[in-house]
Amino acid sequence: MMTLDTVGIKRQARVIMIDGGQKVRSYLNTLGIHIGDWLTVVQRAPFRGPVLVEVHGTRVALGRGVASKIQVDMDGVVEHLSGPMEAVEAGK
Amino acid sequence: MRFVLAGQPNSGKSSIFNSVAGYRSATANFPKSSISFTATKTLIAGREVEVVDLPGIYSVTSSDTVAGPAERYLLNESYDLIVNVVDASRLGRSLELTLQLLGLGRPMIVALNMMDEARRRGVEIDHEELSELLGVPVVTTISRLGRGLKRLFRESLRHATFAVSSTPPTYDREVEEAVEQVRAAIDQDDSIPDIPSRFVAIKLLEGDAHLSDRFRSRAPDLMDRVADVANHLEEVHGWSADQVVSGSRHAVAHSIEDRVVIHQSSKEGWRERADRLLLNEWTGGPLMVLILAGFFWLVFGVGQRVEAPLVVGFNWLQGSVAEQFPPGSLTATIADGLVMGLAGGVAIVLPYLIPFLLGLAILEDTGYLPRLAYILDSFMHRIGLHGKSVLPLILGYGCSVPAIMSTRILESEKDRRITAVLTSFIPCSARTVVIFGLVAAFMGPMWALAIYLLNIFVIVVLGTVLAKRMKGASPGLVLEIPDLSLPEVKTLVAKTWLALKEFITIAWPLLIASSIVLGVLEWADAADSINALLSPLTVWMLGLPAAVGMTLVFGVLRKELTLVMLVQALGTTDINTVMTTQQLLTFTLFVVFYVPCIATIAVLARQMGWRGAAAISGFTVVVAVVVSVSGRVFYSLFF
Repeated sequence: MMTLDTVGIKRQARVIMIDGGQKVRSYLNTLGIHIGDWLTVVQRAPFRGPVLVEVHGTRVALGRGVASKIQVDMDGVVEHLSGPMEAVEAGK
Repeated sequence: MRFVLAGQPNSGKSSIFNSVAGYRSATANFPKSSISFTATKTLIAGREVEVVDLPGIYSVTSSDTVAGPAERYLLNESYDLIVNVVDASRLGRSLELTLQLLGLGRPMIVALNMMDEARRRGVEIDHEELSELLGVPVVTTISRLGRGLKRLFRESLRHATFAVSSTPPTYDREVEEAVEQVRAAIDQDDSIPDIPSRFVAIKLLEGDAHLSDRFRSRAPDLMDRVADVANHLEEVHGWSADQVVSGSRHAVAHSIEDRVVIHQSSKEGWRERADRLLLNEWTGGPLMVLILAGFFWLVFGVGQRVEAPLVVGFNWLQGSVAEQFPPGSLTATIADGLVMGLAGGVAIVLPYLIPFLLGLAILEDTGYLPRLAYILDSFMHRIGLHGKSVLPLILGYGCSVPAIMSTRILESEKDRRITAVLTSFIPCSARTVVIFGLVAAFMGPMWALAIYLLNIFVIVVLGTVLAKRMKGASPGLVLEIPDLSLPEVKTLVAKTWLALKEFITIAWPLLIASSIVLGVLEWADAADSINALLSPLTVWMLGLPAAVGMTLVFGVLRKELTLVMLVQALGTTDINTVMTTQQLLTFTLFVVFYVPCIATIAVLARQMGWRGAAAISGFTVVVAVVVSVSGRVFYSLFF
């Protein structure tokens, strides 16, 4: 089991569980991050800074604390950013 | 007739609003809250329509503090049409709000906005199919360029006239069954007024804090029923009820997106390339320093070049006005105060204020501020906050009042309080005027920079101490980073003008009046007694001329006043001829840190009560004394 804060740059990961309270969960949900969604890690800030992910064409910054609560599954595919969803699924 | 504009943040909602605003627009507060919305009256095809601009919300249910009042408005107020502004380039996510709004069962129309942005990202949308699937009219717009807005409002008027209610979307079976059970319980309960029961049932299952609070005392039986149904849903699904419901809505939104969107390959543009540098782990930090330093030099460079000739001009004017009146008379004093007030406004404040406000508007409109929050997140964690707190703090360099109000974007009470306290310590544009007008002008820009760095250091220390002492958890950073954009000159000018207008209409007259009052007080020898009262602080502790006492009193009204009053109290704009550099430094340090202005105290009081505001104000004086005395000692030891 991996958490989002350990995923490398340009890697894709699929959300399988969101730990933490309902507040954090609902906040992630409203920004378009749900269980089953594919995320691409775009940047990782140094000094345990936030992780920048792309989800459904939107970029969202997630603090390391929040990212460590998101459990993900990796498939090892390095993909283009902003790519269409079908390409992601096909590449899997 | 009344239209309500609702949409997610960054959907271009406000530019649609601004296109019709103008003829009578007003800001009002939601009942029982400090959160405001804007409304305007406009003519559409000869009919007067009131357009209400709700604050941007990602979802009707969210921990966002603006969501509660917006939800209450949508549920309880009377209006004829919801205009849902949807960002076409982020259709899937935007539709999640659209689906919630459809659940209200009111007449609705969708403005499919930012079509140019969508095309740039390689997204084509079949808007007719979208209209079919949602069951409401869809009008494509590019609000930034004003395209499609006429059609949008004409269509809105037509749709509102027919008053066709929208149909709520259908979710998956388990959710529908659960919703039906809660809905039946709501309908049976006589104590509950007439509300869209389906909408409320869904919200209660999602654990919507605002509605749950409302019903907990009024209908405890209903809430028990909701808990039962939610537990059952959780047992069947394995996820908590709120995740099942929002997941189901997510699925519906994305299946609609899949049916109406034709993806094409998108090209990487300058925005993506710029972002790669701005947010890169190696270059992001240094670029941030460069951008902020460039900002600083721009304000200083422009200000100094404009200020010098103006000061010379006003000195000449002051001299020639003085010649017109008998020296030492009351009229001469009043005339002198008037000229000094005018001079303070024009020659000292405006040269720094305009470039500063313009620069801040550029940082805001390019979308650089959220990036700053991203880069500074780990730094902010060190002082017990997180990246989002950067936004109020940066806005604080403009004006503390909106900055403290903007702390409501923070999710936790602890973060909001600490950030509000720290924001009141940030040198706002008025204090910047003092820093530039005294220290930068007479001691050099490096000294001004040193004051800013010292200020940041003090804030870091305060933040660390406060975070350790206050209890409560912080959820951490969750922030959308919108695309970079080229700011429109028109909106930049409008933003700068709006802030400037506040200065010209409110602060400047106050400045002139205070300048005259101070002159008269001095003429009547009344200022001396106040100065004498303050002299233990001003003369003994800070080593300043006794005459500055009054200026500090006036500074509580508006911080710019300290500079103008200083000019008036000392009787010259060439302040360095009557004060030593050490005194200038000590004075500026004290002004930067002591008591925030009246308006800021009022906002603080609204945020954390009068006792809190008084405590913070008293605390700032202590900090100001400590900092300025240390500055005085430091300067005399090393220079």
